[in-house]
Amino acid sequence: MSDSTNNSTEVINKLSDLLSSFICYSSSHLPDDVLNKLKEMREVETEGFSSTIYDAMFNNMEMADKLKRPSCQDTGIVQFFVKVGTNYPYMNLLHEALVESVLKATNDAPLRHNAVQVFDEKNTGNNVGVRVPWIDWEIVPDRDDIEVYFYMAGGGCSLPGMAKVLMPLEGYAGIVKTVFDQMTSYGVNACPPCLVGIGIAGSAEVAAKLSKKALLRPVGSHNENPRGAMMEKELEDGLNKVGLGPGGLRGKLSVMGVNIEQAARHPATLAVGISTACWAHRRSCIKINPDFTYDFLTHKGVTL
Amino acid sequence: MSTYHLTTPLSDADIEKLNIGDVIFLTGDLTTGRDDVHMRVIKQGKQCPVDLKGNAVFHAGPIMRKNDDGSYDVVSIGPTTSMRMEECEAEFLKETGVKVIVGKGGMGPKTTQGCKDNKAIHTIFPGGCAVVAACEVEKVDGVEWLDLGMPEAMWKMKVKEFGPLIVSIDAHGNNLIDNNKVIFNERKAPIVEEISAKLDFLD
Repeated sequence: MSDSTNNSTEVINKLSDLLSSFICYSSSHLPDDVLNKLKEMREVETEGFSSTIYDAMFNNMEMADKLKRPSCQDTGIVQFFVKVGTNYPYMNLLHEALVESVLKATNDAPLRHNAVQVFDEKNTGNNVGVRVPWIDWEIVPDRDDIEVYFYMAGGGCSLPGMAKVLMPLEGYAGIVKTVFDQMTSYGVNACPPCLVGIGIAGSAEVAAKLSKKALLRPVGSHNENPRGAMMEKELEDGLNKVGLGPGGLRGKLSVMGVNIEQAARHPATLAVGISTACWAHRRSCIKINPDFTYDFLTHKGVTL
Repeated sequence: MSTYHLTTPLSDADIEKLNIGDVIFLTGDLTTGRDDVHMRVIKQGKQCPVDLKGNAVFHAGPIMRKNDDGSYDVVSIGPTTSMRMEECEAEFLKETGVKVIVGKGGMGPKTTQGCKDNKAIHTIFPGGCAVVAACEVEKVDGVEWLDLGMPEAMWKMKVKEFGPLIVSIDAHGNNLIDNNKVIFNERKAPIVEEISAKLDFLD
């Protein structure tokens, strides 16, 4: 092998080892913001079945940490959202390293086998399939590092996912109705308390993608537009008044929060996308420098 | 609301005493069966490879680890969304003689009727609590239909005090989550109206 091949193999190994550890840890541990929100909600949810469910949730998190196992059996179909600095030196090796990290984590965590090839209707058995892991790329000028957002989107919390294009005369009221209808039907089964991600744009696929990106924002963060932030708050408070409770078994609250992301719309369309994250919202983010040092942004103080 | 400790196999009489909101801890046989198992048994008319009569089916797709001797251990096993099986569940109950369905979330009117007709119940295990559930599995007896892949195969397990299982559909035609949804929908309309009035952003 030539020196450059050796070097490429070494880089892929280093990156995929680090990313695999990152995936394994993320499968067992919720990010700080989600954990803190659940602790806060547990204090309020004390009636009916709420305590039974919250006790099981927190007991489960402790056991997942102690036994080093994925906290939920549905480790999702792996999705990466990657911000790549234009000066990052290993851009050409990154795709291979990400796929390799999924193969390693599937064995090490272990992750559930979740990639079913469409038309063949066969499970690949290693979480790699056509266009899976799904990778969303974003280019960041004048940076030499990468930020990898990882999200284990399970089947249960993906079922309420939807996008549709409203007529502008339906207005933002049409979005409110769509969100409430979805959360009081599909949302009840999606392991509430959920984080609700909403995308607003000019076409269905942009709204859908933004609704997923909204779930990558921390619980408790706000839309940068004051009206957007106000709408998030109104929806959150309103959904909480419905009182879905943990597991849909009724309670005083319904959601961990509502995050909205938007793109300018066409004058003739008002598209809305909805994605929900279950209470076990295994989202994580790591910043990796060219020398392989890293900062585990969603799980402060953790060494991989 | 009462708490029961039940052991499989279960009789009609065991099931008839239960009501929605009761909590069960189950000991005995528990077998996983979800989308593809329902597809094969009901839509494709294939013979179910596990005798489920009087026993419990778990809507779950676990993470399993194979040992060197060929046996399996459960790593994580929590409930999956039961509503996905709504289309076939009533027929599945009739075909297999299952007495207890374990899953999460609600199921619909067809299953409610199926539970009444076949003296069966649907129960909810807390969603996302897969390590808790795995630790209540004593032994994996074997697997059928592994060609469907890890999540969709039928994993045969022995469980001890498996729960809490909240009865969400009883054999008397009651449906806890449907009752909840009536309340959610009553609350929804005025809230949607109130919020909508605040979101006219056009000058």
